[in-house]
Amino acid sequence: MSVTDINWFKYSSPQALYPLAGKLTPWFSALAVILMGAGLYIGLLLAPTDFQQGDSYRIIFVHVPAAWMSMFLYVVMALWAAIGLGLKARPSYMMAQAIAPTGAMFTFLALLTGSLWGKPTWGTWWVWDARLTSELILFFLYLGVMLLRTSIDDARRADRASAVFALVGVVNVPIIYFSVQWWNTLHQGASVSATAAPKMAAMMLLAMLIMSLGFWMYSIAVILARLRCVIREREERSSVAGQVERPVAVGGV
Amino acid sequence: MQWNSLSEFLAMGGYGFYVWVSFGATALCLIGEVVLVRRRHAAVADGDGGGVS
Repeated sequence: MSVTDINWFKYSSPQALYPLAGKLTPWFSALAVILMGAGLYIGLLLAPTDFQQGDSYRIIFVHVPAAWMSMFLYVVMALWAAIGLGLKARPSYMMAQAIAPTGAMFTFLALLTGSLWGKPTWGTWWVWDARLTSELILFFLYLGVMLLRTSIDDARRADRASAVFALVGVVNVPIIYFSVQWWNTLHQGASVSATAAPKMAAMMLLAMLIMSLGFWMYSIAVILARLRCVIREREERSSVAGQVERPVAVGGV
Repeated sequence: MQWNSLSEFLAMGGYGFYVWVSFGATALCLIGEVVLVRRRHAAVADGDGGGVS
């Protein structure tokens, strides 16, 4: 191991992260449960029926938050990957590793609920249009990042390879986001935008925003919990050297 | 409250299947992910014989 590999991040930060993540997880979990409960209550019981789409529109309360998280988490994952590459910071790679499965899950949910919304609204489960196709590509990008990591035995090479892959794939996110403007598509335009008045009733918008906030808190909680697993797994794998494992274990008690 | 009865709520104006499969799948995925992460944590915690919960 060369001298340049021994840096502040490598030894002190996972030790600090492990107990911190453990302390934060219950708070974000509680926030997630409260927000999702409120969002479901408003969205399913209080929000009015849509005059065009009937009650099928209520799928929006899981579809849009899932789709937002799928894109947002990819950008955050790519950011941690970039920081990891730039600073050779192992905790950054650990964050990227912890984010990927949750991002993939939300991408899957966005596709599934979109399909379940498309059938009654458009009359088809799937079309190969820009929005749907680019979201499907996002799913494959997440899978690619995860598979690349598991297929490389050496942890540092796996970190770098999956980070580079994640960074290249980030160009897909603006394509997803702007696809409804750039191409003709069955998919409706943005439900919320900074420049235009909302096209939805206030109650619908409120439920959607609260659900999104709930999904966000859920993501933080589950990613921090997974980060702890990742830290433990990786310290155990590299514990032949023995420096890191004990402080981490002590920090977690 | 938008609904007059439970059956009306469950029917979702005829879209019950699409709405409930969407919400059900979402709930299943989120809860499933939490269960998987907890198992993973239990597995690493057991592995070293340490007292980390």
